[in-house]
Formats: sequence, C-alpha cells, structure tokens
Amino acid sequence: MSEEQLVRLLAATIAMGTPLVFAAFGEILAESSGVLNLGVEGMMLVGAVSAFIAVVVTGHPWLGVIAGMLAAGVLAAGHALLTVTLGTEQVTAGLALALFGSGLSSFLGKTYVGVPNPAPFSPIALPGLSALPIVGPSLFTQDALVYLSYVMIPLGWWWLYRTRPGLHLRACGESPGTADALGVGVVAVRYASVIVGGMFAGLGGAYLSLAYVPAWTENLTAGLGWIALALVIFASWNPLRLVFGAYLFGGVEAIGFRAQVFGFHANTIVLRMMPYAATLTVMLVVALWRRRLAMPSALGVPYAREQ
Amino acid sequence: MADATLAIGRPAPRLAIPEWLEAVLVRLAAVVAALALCGVLLIVQGHNPWLAYTDMAIGAFGSRFALEQTLLKAIPLMLTTLGVTITFTAGLWNIGAEGQLTIGALAASWLALNHGSAPAFALLPGMVLLGMLGGALWALVPAVPRAYVGMNEVISTLLLNYIALLIVDYLVFGAWADPTAFNFPYSPAFSDAARLPMLFGDVHLGLVFALVATAVVAAVIGHTVWGYEVRTSGASPGAARYAGMPLRRNILVAMAASGALSGLAGMAEVSGMIFRVQQGISPGYGYSAIIIAWLAKLNPWAAAPVAILFAGLLNGGFALQTSKVPAAITYMIQASILFLVVAGESLLARVRRARAAAAQKAALGDSR
Repeated sequence: MSEEQLVRLLAATIAMGTPLVFAAFGEILAESSGVLNLGVEGMMLVGAVSAFIAVVVTGHPWLGVIAGMLAAGVLAAGHALLTVTLGTEQVTAGLALALFGSGLSSFLGKTYVGVPNPAPFSPIALPGLSALPIVGPSLFTQDALVYLSYVMIPLGWWWLYRTRPGLHLRACGESPGTADALGVGVVAVRYASVIVGGMFAGLGGAYLSLAYVPAWTENLTAGLGWIALALVIFASWNPLRLVFGAYLFGGVEAIGFRAQVFGFHANTIVLRMMPYAATLTVMLVVALWRRRLAMPSALGVPYAREQ
Repeated sequence: MADATLAIGRPAPRLAIPEWLEAVLVRLAAVVAALALCGVLLIVQGHNPWLAYTDMAIGAFGSRFALEQTLLKAIPLMLTTLGVTITFTAGLWNIGAEGQLTIGALAASWLALNHGSAPAFALLPGMVLLGMLGGALWALVPAVPRAYVGMNEVISTLLLNYIALLIVDYLVFGAWADPTAFNFPYSPAFSDAARLPMLFGDVHLGLVFALVATAVVAAVIGHTVWGYEVRTSGASPGAARYAGMPLRRNILVAMAASGALSGLAGMAEVSGMIFRVQQGISPGYGYSAIIIAWLAKLNPWAAAPVAILFAGLLNGGFALQTSKVPAAITYMIQASILFLVVAGESLLARVRRARAAAAQKAALGDSR
C-alpha cells in the first residue's frame, strides 16, 4: 500500500466513523442517565433531513447543523415525555420513535431528493498539524464537524466522569433512588440527557447530509443508528472506548468502498454487507465475553418516587 | 383494618368502563389523532388533507378493484403480524420480520427458478416448506445468541434486515439475473406451476394461509401449555424461570415460528403476486407488522381487521401518488398511530394507577 493510499484510507475511516461518534455519544448520555432510546436511527434521519432543508433554504451550513440538532432534540423530548413522565416501556417507545422518524424524514424530504447541497462543509487543513506526514493530510485535513468530534469526545468523557453534573447523570442511571435522596432531580436530569443525546444523534445525521454525502436521499442513514446502538454496548458506555469502535467501523466501511483500489476484487454488494456483519460479530463477541457488566444498573427502569 | 381491606375490593362508585372497551377507545383516539396530526402536516405543505384522505379511502376501499388490492396487501401483513405477535407475547423483540419475509421469499424462489418444470402439486408445497424454513433459519441466527448469551435481539434482528435486502441485490444483479432483461435487476418469471392459484380477482390462495395461520396461532398461544409458557415468559420472566420452564428452548421455538410465518408471507408474495425475484419484495410489511401487532394488542384475531385497515392505508397511499401528495404520508400516519397508541396506553395506565391509589386512600380514610 502506498503512502497516498494509506492517507486516503485513514481519511475515509475518520469521515465514516464521525456520524457514529456523534450518535453513539448521544446515546451514551441518554443510557448513562438510565433511559434507553432505540430511536437513534429515526432521530438521525430527521436530523439529516432538517439540516439539509435548512441549508437549502438559508444557504448557511451552521444553520443546518442547528436545525438538525433541534429537530432531533424535539423528537427525543417526545421519547422523554413517554418514558420518563408516563413510564412507557422504553423498548416500545424507542421503536415507535425509530419508525416515526423514518416516516417523518421521508415525508419532509420528498421534494429535496436530488437537490444539490448549496453550501456543504468542506475540508480545512489545520495550520501546522496538517503538515505532519500521513496523519496531517488524513486526520487534520477534514471538515469543521470532524474537528468538533475530536474536541467533543475528550470533553464529553471528562464531563461525564470528572465533573459533578456528570456524576449526577450517571447516578440517575445507576441508582435513581439514591440520586433522588441526595437531592438530584432525577426527572430533570433524565429529560436533559435524553434531549441532548437526541441532539447529538441529529448532529450525526446532519454530518451525513451536510458534509459526508452531502445530500439527502430517502433512508440516508441506512442502519447507522442501529450500528451506533451496538457501539454503545461495545464501548461499555465509555466515550473513549467508543472512539475505537466508531473508527473500527469507519475502517470496515472505508475498506469496503476502496477495496478495488487495493487490487482486492470482491463483489461490491458483499462489501456493503460488511458493516452490518461486522456489527453482529462484535455484538456476539461482547455478549460472549463481558456479559454487559458495565451496563447502567437502572437502564430501562422507569423511576417513580415512593409515595 | 378488616373493613379497609373489604373497602378496597369494593367497585369504585363511578361508571366503570370494561378494560377491553378502554383499550379499543384508546386505539380509536390514537388513529383519529394521528390523522389529525398528519392532516396538519399536509396543510403546512400546502395540501388539502380532506381531499387527500378521501382519495386514500376511495383508493383503498372505493371499488371492487381497490378492495381486491387491499385484501392482497393484507395477506403479508396478517402473516408477518402473527409472526411478531408470537415473539412479542414471549417478551422477545423480533424486529426482523422484514428480513425473514425476504429470506423466505428467496428460499421459495430458489425452488421455483430451479425446478419450475415440476408439477404444481409438488412445487407449491415445496415452496411453502422452503419459504417457512428460510424464514425460520434467518430468525434463528439472532435467536441462538439471544437464548445462550443474552445478545440484544432488537439490534441484531434489525441489522439482519439490511443484510437480507442486500442478498436480494446480490442475487438479482448476479446469479439470478434474467438474461433477457437487459440488466434490469430481476429474475426470470416463475413458471405457471410455481404460481399460487387465485381465489377471486387478484386475491390468491395466500389469504387462506393467513386465515388458517390466524386460527392456529390463536389456538396455540391461547390454549396450549407451550402458549401458556410463552405468555408467562413474556409477562414475568422471573416467574417463568422459577417455575422451571425451558426458557432457552421457548426462545428458539418462538423465534423460529415467527420467522416461519414471515417466510410464508414472503413465499406468498413471490408466488402469488410478483411471480419473480426483484428488489423491494416488501414495501416495509415487516415494520408495519410491529405497529399492527401493537394496535391489535397482541390478539391474533384482532390482527386480521387491523391488517386489512393498514393494507387499505398502504393502497390509499399508492392512489395518492397520482395527486401531488407524497405517498410517504402513509408511513407518517402508521408511525404516528403507533406513537400515539403507546402514549395513550401509558397515560391510561397512569390514570388507572392514580385512580386505584385514590380509591385505596379513600377506603383507608373511611375506616379511620
């Protein structure tokens, strides 16, 4: 493999892993607070289509990002209303959200299929860092959203594991009764975690329609939301471990798309199955090895204060 | 204290609505609210919702042709709904009916494409068997790790749907491509022997499969030991384990049966309506099935009329494509119904709990 090929592969790995980093980080927030949200795919789709429509209308990419995050946040608020306030079974509510989001996105996006993105995010070479060999042109010649993900992950980990609000959030997921007794507003924390988590899923979707593809097609995410859910288990709810998982899948996809470049002539349809098959394999390995030891103890359990 | 205990058992002094009627009312309200919600969306997009809904109703039920087409689409919906009903009753989230339908269709098609010259009396039962076997095996792929190492079946069944659709692509662009079709992605047409006989109009024998399956599933879930075990595992897994029920075996059997029913749906689609393998064998029947099962409250007999209504919704959506209203509105309506039913049920449960708590409080107050 020549140096140029390696650079391209690395760059594609990062680009393809980024939507997973965003969406799975959002799900880590929600699940760490004790709320399972299976609607990631739906929230990503609505985020992607809303972001795209906003950019077509306003011509400004950052307004698109904001629109995508807000729209997905509104959907997530609906999930929080059902699961936190009404105590709905979380798997059912999440499935409803996933189906609702995919229906809503194809309805909203119908007239935007095939419309070019007037202002996509484009790669910016970071001064200094981009001059490094190999990692410079691959990791540090990306678009602004990728750089945002570089900053978000260590910051998110630090916030979740090293600050008081982060501790409170995780306490709501481990032992909401104890958190409540200590004066943490469990309901408020869970609402906030689910909504902000949904906004990150929306950001992941927006990355696809504004930077990666960058356009809208029906069912644009093609299962990435479900892969993100599997990644959360793989990462055992830790944002730092999530990065490895996300880029691993980015790498699998990147190799799939570029296999021919490396003189590896496989059927492209078989290669498109790879990310799903890889996710299933990893899920199996995790289930065999770790048996979900790190799962938040109160995940999926509605909290109601004793009367 | 004895008085208080008696008082709790006393019916509340208000007009009591039976539970089943409450469930029906919540569902009707959800459907009306979903239509209203989507109506608002249509207005926002500059359409007339009243006209759109009338067009849909006419397209779904307004003529003999429309009714036939609606019944035709109700067949796969009924079968896949029965499939997911079994697993949901067992507390298993099989979201993979779409993929199981697809693999069932492919397995049945393999026989039709390779042994199409066989007589119908041998070919059709063979296709039914292979379709059910294909769906069952595809469902066992996530079921085995679910039963033995607790692997999350929601994500795995869903991911397998994507793989199943890609297998269709792989076959219709490759080994099964029709050599005379100028690279259009579909297989050669089935021979006459591989096509299901018609009952009336375009409605094929699959309708009988669906009705028989409804009766069988209702009887098995409602009136057999296995059905009792499955219901117990779903309602209270701890109790099922404590009672020594074979949980692993039940997971495998429930998933395999579920997959077999979806596989049968796939067989009926290719053998009764499409007559070849092509992309998009199912326009999302496997996902609609989840919503129908929920609306029918996991009752196999209730699933049939709901499936017919949903088939009408799909058909009405196709009728809309001639006007300017996007057909995606049907998926919006379906998903809104599910969302609102789930919300309505939770609200109802909350009201019931509050009512019970109030009654208890009042009763305790009386006795003091």
